[in-house]
Amino acid sequence: MYSEELVVGWACRKVNRPVKWTSDRTEAFLADAHGRDHVAHAEMAMDKNGKFLAMRVNTTANLGAYLSTFATMVPSYLYAFLLAGQYSTPLIYSEVKAVFTNTAPVDAARGAGRPEATFLLERLVDVCAEDMGLDPAEIRRRNFIPVDAFPYQTPVVQCYDSGDYNAALDKALALADYEGFAGRAEEAKSRGKCRGIGLSSYVEACGIAPSAAVGQLGAGVGLWESAQVRFNPTGNVQVFTGTHSHGQGHETTFAQLVTEQLGVPIENIEVIHGDTSKTQFGMGTYGSRSLAVGGVAIAKACEKLIEKGKKIAAHALEAAEGDIEFADGNFAIAGTDKAMNIAEVAFNAYVPHSYPEGLEPGFDENAFFDPMNFSFPAGTHICEVEVDPDTGVVEIVKYSAVDDFGKLINPMIVEGQVHGGIVHGVGQALLEGCQYDSDGQLITASYMDYAMPRADNVPSFDVDYAPTNPPHNPLGVKGCGEAGAIGAPPAVINAISNALGIKHIDMPATPENVWRAAQTATS
Amino acid sequence: MYNFSYQKVSSIADAVDAIQKAEDGKFVAGGQTMLPTMKHRLASPSDVIDLGGIDELKGISVDGDTVTIGAMTTHAEVAASSDVQGAIPALANLAGNIGDPAVRNRGTLGGSIANNDPAADYPAAVIGLGATVKTNKREISGDEFFTGMFETALEDDEVITAVLFPKADASAYMKFENPASRYAIVGVFVASSGGAVKVGVTGATACAHRGMRLEEALNGNFTADAVDGVEIPIEKMNSDIHASAEYRAHLVKVMTKRAVEACS
Repeated sequence: MYSEELVVGWACRKVNRPVKWTSDRTEAFLADAHGRDHVAHAEMAMDKNGKFLAMRVNTTANLGAYLSTFATMVPSYLYAFLLAGQYSTPLIYSEVKAVFTNTAPVDAARGAGRPEATFLLERLVDVCAEDMGLDPAEIRRRNFIPVDAFPYQTPVVQCYDSGDYNAALDKALALADYEGFAGRAEEAKSRGKCRGIGLSSYVEACGIAPSAAVGQLGAGVGLWESAQVRFNPTGNVQVFTGTHSHGQGHETTFAQLVTEQLGVPIENIEVIHGDTSKTQFGMGTYGSRSLAVGGVAIAKACEKLIEKGKKIAAHALEAAEGDIEFADGNFAIAGTDKAMNIAEVAFNAYVPHSYPEGLEPGFDENAFFDPMNFSFPAGTHICEVEVDPDTGVVEIVKYSAVDDFGKLINPMIVEGQVHGGIVHGVGQALLEGCQYDSDGQLITASYMDYAMPRADNVPSFDVDYAPTNPPHNPLGVKGCGEAGAIGAPPAVINAISNALGIKHIDMPATPENVWRAAQTATS
Repeated sequence: MYNFSYQKVSSIADAVDAIQKAEDGKFVAGGQTMLPTMKHRLASPSDVIDLGGIDELKGISVDGDTVTIGAMTTHAEVAASSDVQGAIPALANLAGNIGDPAVRNRGTLGGSIANNDPAADYPAAVIGLGATVKTNKREISGDEFFTGMFETALEDDEVITAVLFPKADASAYMKFENPASRYAIVGVFVASSGGAVKVGVTGATACAHRGMRLEEALNGNFTADAVDGVEIPIEKMNSDIHASAEYRAHLVKVMTKRAVEACS
């Protein structure tokens, strides 16, 4: 929550008229929350085969000068709980020290804690591979949680729902032509470029979240989601959702859900969100939860409509309710061609001249869904870079992502989310960073100095999926909004480290930082 | 932005008259630096005198070995000009890589060099090609035009009318872009004419300058290898969050080598 949200409400009451807050870009740079400000030290114990035995992590997390909404949650529950990653490391110790500083508050941003955990772990795994003389893909394989171990209880609270980490890795290695890398590196060398390849096998916790679980962690809210699905007498459908769509395409994906379930043409469905004068109370869009939690609430409301519709159709068709079957938008008497379209049923519900006794009129249901567990999307991202050792410029020449998001409802929207997430992660790895001078003055206060990733900073992405079925999610979906931002930073940095033969480089790996690392590596 | 009065003039005489009468007047060409600066309240001129209506400041012509570009010619016009592409292709390329399409279609040659941003592209070409800056009062040689950070030899009521670029036998501009602004962290314009080499360097120091040490090394040995032995003093180099002085000095050499290679 931002203070202007409260200020506007207060001002509105004071002057008794609508008040609008407008922030300019400079204010946004100065006062909006920052993300991901950790300094961490990690150690891994292995046996002689490179099998992880224990991991110890000490983290200092900057909270900024004031507490933000998720200030302490991000570096603790959303970070330390994901430190197992995709691996069966039996012992994990994590200590997080949160510190106040003079920066803007640090809050949740796309991935929130999970990018930090994944970056630390996937960098550490690459260092382990190098120390053990193992290929980065091989050390991951040796330590993956096996497919038959799910649901898998990690040593850090979370219990993973489903996963097949080898499947995603294999597919990603094939997509990236991992075997052909040595040849490509050789060719790049002849052009004076250092080519490197980097893997990142991430897992994240989405579909946030079971209310009881977050209650135990001290959250002040329940993290269910709500939906209302309303037929109008005309047969048109309005879907009210408590989540909000600011570019995620809920209008399309949620309408698809309703079309698939109720057989109503998609053009007859309107998804309504974000207007608190119209929609019911909801918990919002974050933590890749809109479909995994909000979508399920919509599906449940649709189920209620089907149950009620069976009663109405049975009465109209003079059949027993148990004989009515619903498919493709029609309520039919089983084994006959006697049927009623769902729009006719809806009309009957609003014009109940001949109607089941005691049944409420209207065709309008709401439902809530409180998930039983988080969902755990996972995948392997592979980044290939060419570093210009003379300037330190990093070019991402190939990027392959294979993700397990469970079932995909709208593959085009999912792919868009993956693309956007990867660019977000590339920005963190190569370009972005809020910097203050020694007087506390923010010196990245405009886009002249703050480098946002642009289209020419990334190649075309190769995206594929290795889905598993999360048993606790009625739609079989896991969530996809944050994966790219979580998977990308270590894949990019591992690729740069591989290109230069170095163990460490901080983000953002700016040209000067990379040039300096290249100097050290060759000297 | 603070209040100001706006005047659009249609002749150089009117422009001079207007600025002399103004309390704290400023000429505006394309406004691509000045308007954001005013928006951020870093500049607050009393009068903004728009040179956009003066036809004689616009246009490109080639006469013998000289390309004359009017001060109010936009970067996009220079980039797209077949005359410039034919006579000095490196100059057309330079113009085509300034800023973004919006900047290129509003920003002008005269505006760029009068502003003399330490990271602007055009000053490197003005120096590297040994161009002459023509004003309503006189002609100023490229070497003497840029005097310091955002400072030029121009007087307050002096208007740039055109820049005269001599053709070169071979020339190239190499820019190392700031990843955020895409201004030049270092930009090097190398031109070779009749065996004499000139090097214009932008982005590296307080304002664009001639790379005298580089010229010395390249005169007589116009190869990238000739640059290797040159010492670039780092004391005068700019230093900011994007590039330290040491890194900039290194980039001056790398960009020079690449420009020399592109000339061959």
